[in-house]
Amino acid sequence: MVRRLSEDMVKGILGICAIFSIIIIFLIIIFLFREGLEAFSYTNVIDFVLGREWNPSKETFGAAAFIVSSLFVTVGAIIIAVPVGLLTAIFLAELSPQRVREVVKPAIELLAGIPSVIYGLFGLIVIVKYIRITLDQPTGESILAGSIILAIMILPTIISISEDSLRQVPRAYKEGSLALGATHWESIARIIVPSASSGILASIILGVGRAIGETMAVVLVVGNVEKLPTSFFDSGEPLTSTILLEMGEAAVGSPHYYSIFALGILLFLIVMVLNIVSNVWLGRGLKRG
Amino acid sequence: MVKMEVHDLNLWYGSFHALKDINMKVYKHKVTAFIGPSGCGKSTLIRCLNRMNDLISNVHVEGRVLLDDKNIYDKDIDVVNLRKRVGMVFQKPNPFPMSIHENITYGPKLHGKKKGLDELVEEKLKDAALWSEVKDILGQNAMDLSGGQQQRLCIARCLAVEPDVILFDEPCSALDPISTGKIEDLINELKRHYTIVIVTHNMQQAARISDYTGYFYLGELKEFNKTKKIFTNPDNPETERYITGKFG
Repeated sequence: MVRRLSEDMVKGILGICAIFSIIIIFLIIIFLFREGLEAFSYTNVIDFVLGREWNPSKETFGAAAFIVSSLFVTVGAIIIAVPVGLLTAIFLAELSPQRVREVVKPAIELLAGIPSVIYGLFGLIVIVKYIRITLDQPTGESILAGSIILAIMILPTIISISEDSLRQVPRAYKEGSLALGATHWESIARIIVPSASSGILASIILGVGRAIGETMAVVLVVGNVEKLPTSFFDSGEPLTSTILLEMGEAAVGSPHYYSIFALGILLFLIVMVLNIVSNVWLGRGLKRG
Repeated sequence: MVKMEVHDLNLWYGSFHALKDINMKVYKHKVTAFIGPSGCGKSTLIRCLNRMNDLISNVHVEGRVLLDDKNIYDKDIDVVNLRKRVGMVFQKPNPFPMSIHENITYGPKLHGKKKGLDELVEEKLKDAALWSEVKDILGQNAMDLSGGQQQRLCIARCLAVEPDVILFDEPCSALDPISTGKIEDLINELKRHYTIVIVTHNMQQAARISDYTGYFYLGELKEFNKTKKIFTNPDNPETERYITGKFG
């Protein structure tokens, strides 16, 4: 009787814990939307997304510069991180000796554990300086600096997941290809990588999601100028930076306050969609494998 | 005529001595079968014939394997070219996850063929007795075919690079009896143009389709003889015990 009771209690407690995290997520979403949607009673959605001017004192809220900055920084990060990450993953999965892999893979995964503000400091001291001095730019605090830092930050995601999916490709494919007189590299390029493509794509999308949502590392290096960037050497201000920088000065309940939450909604929707897409892709890859 | 010759071949996986002093011949345009209980080394030997064992780490091979009188373990041998000449069909059908057409053209494209691919696909699928079943669905993913069809596709894919020798490593063990029958008929056809080596754990299959048979046990080739002789009047009493089902 006592044992039954304690059994039920354990079940109940575990269940509550499980439900708790789900409830929290829903509360966050509800809260975000309740505050953020208020912004659209001042500005309509189209003006908010496409408007170029963001001037809280005039109550004009156009987020285009932030959205474009976010996209710029993210695209730059992807351009840098995808080739490096994919080639590293191929090296680890197919070419490196077992011993090298056993050292390199955990080391790369360790990169994911470094606090993002440290990345930001590193970027500020090293990368920003490099861009300003060596590349001779008026300011080093630029989209490019943000892209490089983000690229380093998302490398572990891309490498780790891509490598896993490359290793999941059945050995029989590789043997079949080699038995037809393909070289090792031909087999990698034509059979193994295409077979792992869904996992690789998913890793990239997860990386994009991380890059778009990253705040601390980026805010330190992108310059934070509310202007539509036109090149990678311009300064910019991504969505996350704006939220971070302006939240403190916005009066609670003011249009400015609500508009910042609306930026949050934008960010949330983008990351949410990317996560869903990458999950679908990963699932598809597994089913086929 | 002798197509391939194995001389004093020894193979170790690490410290495990998996093949011991193997000597045998593979005759041109004949079917040579390897039989024996699991773990006897028959699959290991067949994978020596196109050096697929190179893929496994810590394998050590000693001895010679001649293909048209040239040792394929010589340093100056191009393994890629060797595998083009000595094709292989695996135990489990392993079509690539792409269309039927692409599966066939994969090898030829690698080796530089660009024209006449459609004709090639038709010819090789006909040779593999698969054409009539797939001629309208060449663009479909090969993974959607049945197991037996997949295996015939793998055979067609192998034929497409025009090898001299085809190695079959237990090609029917994952197939139903009807599909197995089709593959056996096919092997009978193919031996007119190709030299065939087949590993099988099905003795009836060896008896039905092969001209020569080798009986392996614990890494040794116990007997190598004409199939008829092996199955009616083997020289080695051990072979007889295995053939008659008293052992293994």
